[in-house]
Amino acid sequence: MKSFAIPVLAALLLALLPFGVSGYVLGLLTLAYYFGVFAMSWDLLFGFAGEVNFGPSFLVGLGAYTAALLNHYQNWPIPVCVICGALVAVLGGLALAVPALRLSGPYFGLVTLVAVLLLQNALVLFAGITGGEIGLDIPDIISIDESTNYWTALGFMTVSGLILFGLSRSPVGLILQASGQDAIQAAALGFNVTRHKLAAFCVSALFSGLAGAMLIFYMGTASPGTVVDIGVGVQVIIAAVMGGRRTILGAALGAIFLIVAGELLRPLGEISTFIVSAVALLVILFFPGGFLGAALHRGER
Amino acid sequence: MKALQILIDGFAISSLYGLGAIGFTLIFGVSGVLNLSHGAIMVTAAVIAWAAAGSLHLGPYLGALCGVLASLAMSFATYLLVVRPIQGSTRIPREEKEIFVLTGTLLWGIMIQEAIAYAFTSNPKTVLPLIPGVIYILGVRTPMQEILTAVVSWAAIGLLWLLVNRTRRGKVLLAASINPRGLTILGFELGDIHLFVWGLYGVLAGLAGVLLGAFLGVSSDNVGTLTASAFSIVVLGGLGSVTGSLVGAYVVGYLETITAYVVSPSIRTIPVLLLLVLVVYLRPQGLLGRR
Repeated sequence: MKSFAIPVLAALLLALLPFGVSGYVLGLLTLAYYFGVFAMSWDLLFGFAGEVNFGPSFLVGLGAYTAALLNHYQNWPIPVCVICGALVAVLGGLALAVPALRLSGPYFGLVTLVAVLLLQNALVLFAGITGGEIGLDIPDIISIDESTNYWTALGFMTVSGLILFGLSRSPVGLILQASGQDAIQAAALGFNVTRHKLAAFCVSALFSGLAGAMLIFYMGTASPGTVVDIGVGVQVIIAAVMGGRRTILGAALGAIFLIVAGELLRPLGEISTFIVSAVALLVILFFPGGFLGAALHRGER
Repeated sequence: MKALQILIDGFAISSLYGLGAIGFTLIFGVSGVLNLSHGAIMVTAAVIAWAAAGSLHLGPYLGALCGVLASLAMSFATYLLVVRPIQGSTRIPREEKEIFVLTGTLLWGIMIQEAIAYAFTSNPKTVLPLIPGVIYILGVRTPMQEILTAVVSWAAIGLLWLLVNRTRRGKVLLAASINPRGLTILGFELGDIHLFVWGLYGVLAGLAGVLLGAFLGVSSDNVGTLTASAFSIVVLGGLGSVTGSLVGAYVVGYLETITAYVVSPSIRTIPVLLLLVLVVYLRPQGLLGRR
C-alpha cells in the first residue's frame, strides 16, 4: 500500500504546479510528459516483450505526421486526427512486429533503425507535401493556455502510465515477460507467444502514436527533427534505461529528468549534451537498474 | 564515360566502406560486441589528423599518423571504460548485456561527438590529401587521393588477412570467434585477445577515418550516419563474416554511386535501405553469414 502512496502523491503535487510556477517551467514539463509516454511505451516493448526497438521515433513519427497531414490538409478536428494518427502508428507497429517475430537481437534492431531512416527520407523526398526538414505547420493547437496544455499532458501521461503499468503487472504482462526472457519455454507452458508479442507491439505503438500526435498539437508544428530523427529515439531509449527497465513508471521519470537536465544545462552550449550523455552512461555502468530500480532495490533489503 | 566514372568512384568509395566496416565486423566476430561508437572513433581520427596537419604544421603524413594513434587510444578507451565494465558487471543479467553494451557505446559515441564539436566546432573538415594532384584514367578525371584511398584500403585489408590466416596471434583470433570457451580451456587469456582485437580495430577505423576525411571531408555531425552505414554493410554481408563485409561494402558503395549519378544524389541512400530490409527479411544471416 505504501508503494501506491508515492506515485499518487507525486501526481497530485504535479497537478498543483500551475498555481506555483512560471509558464516556462510548465512548457518544459509538458514536453517532458509526452516524452515520458514515449519512454513508457518503449519500456513495455523492451522490458516486457524483450524486443529492442531502436526506432521508437518511427512509431511516434507515424502518429505525429498522420495527424499533422490530416489537420493541415483536411482540417479535421484534433481528436479525430489524434485517433487516426494512433491507428496508423498501430499499423506501423504491426509492420515492425512481423520481422520481430522472425528475427532476433541485432537484426531486429537494424530493421527498426532502417524504418526510421526510410520514414525520414520519405518525409524529405516528398517535401512538397510534408514540409521536408523545416516541418509542417498545424492550424489547430490544443490550447494557448499553458496550464491547460500542462494538465492535458499530465492527465494523458497519468492515464497512459496507469494503463501500461496495470498491463505490465497483469497476467498478460507476466506472460509477455516470460516470452521475452525465454520464448521457447513460454510456448512450452502453453502460452501463445506470437499473439502476446503482437499485442505488445500494438499497445506500444498505440501509445507512441497518441503521444506523438498530441505532442505536435501542443507544439503547433511537426518536423523530422522533433518527432522522427534518430536522436529523438535515442533520447527515448536513454530515458527508459536510465529510469529503470521493466518498471514502466521509471521510464517517465527518466524522460522528465532528461528533458529538464537538458534544459538546465542549455546555457553551457554544446557541452550540455556531453554532460547529459556522461551522466546517463554513469547511471548505466553503476546503477544498471536505473533510478527506480535502485530505489526499489533499497526498499527490498 | 559516365559508366567508367561510376566504376572508378564506386571502387574507391566501396574500398573505403570495406575498410571502415571490417574492424566493426571483427569486433563482433571475436567478442560479440556491436560498437555503436564506431562513427565517433572514425571522426576522431579524421579531426585529429586535420588538426595535427593544419594547426600544428606537422604535414599530412605525421598528421595522418596522429589521427590513427588518436583512434587507437579512443578504441582502447571504449573497450576499457565502457565495454569491459558492462561485460564484467555482476548486476547486469547476462541476457541483457547486449542492450547495455549497445546503449553504453551509443552514449559514449555521443559524448565523443559532442566533445569534438565543442573543441573543433561541427564544421566539415577536409584532411590534407596525402598525395595531391589529379590523373586521367581513360579520360576520367581522378584525384590521386582517390587512388591512394583504394590502394591503402586494400593494403590494410590484405595485411589483416595475412595476420589472421598466417600468424599465430591471428589464428588465436580466429579461434576466439569460433569457440571462445575452448580457447580459455587451452590456457589463453580471453581478455588479452579482446584487447588485441580492439587495438586492431582502432588502427583500421583510424585509417578509414583519415582516408574518409581526405576523400570526402567529415564533420562531427556525420557520426550517426557513419555508424549506421557500417552497421548496414556488416548486416548485409553477414555479421561476423569479414569476406561478407567486403562484399556488402561493394554492394552498398556501388548502389549508392549508381543512384547518385543516374537518378539523383538526394536519394543516394534509399535503395540501400530498401535492399537491407529485403535481405534482412529473406536472408537474416546476411549474404555470406553463418548462423
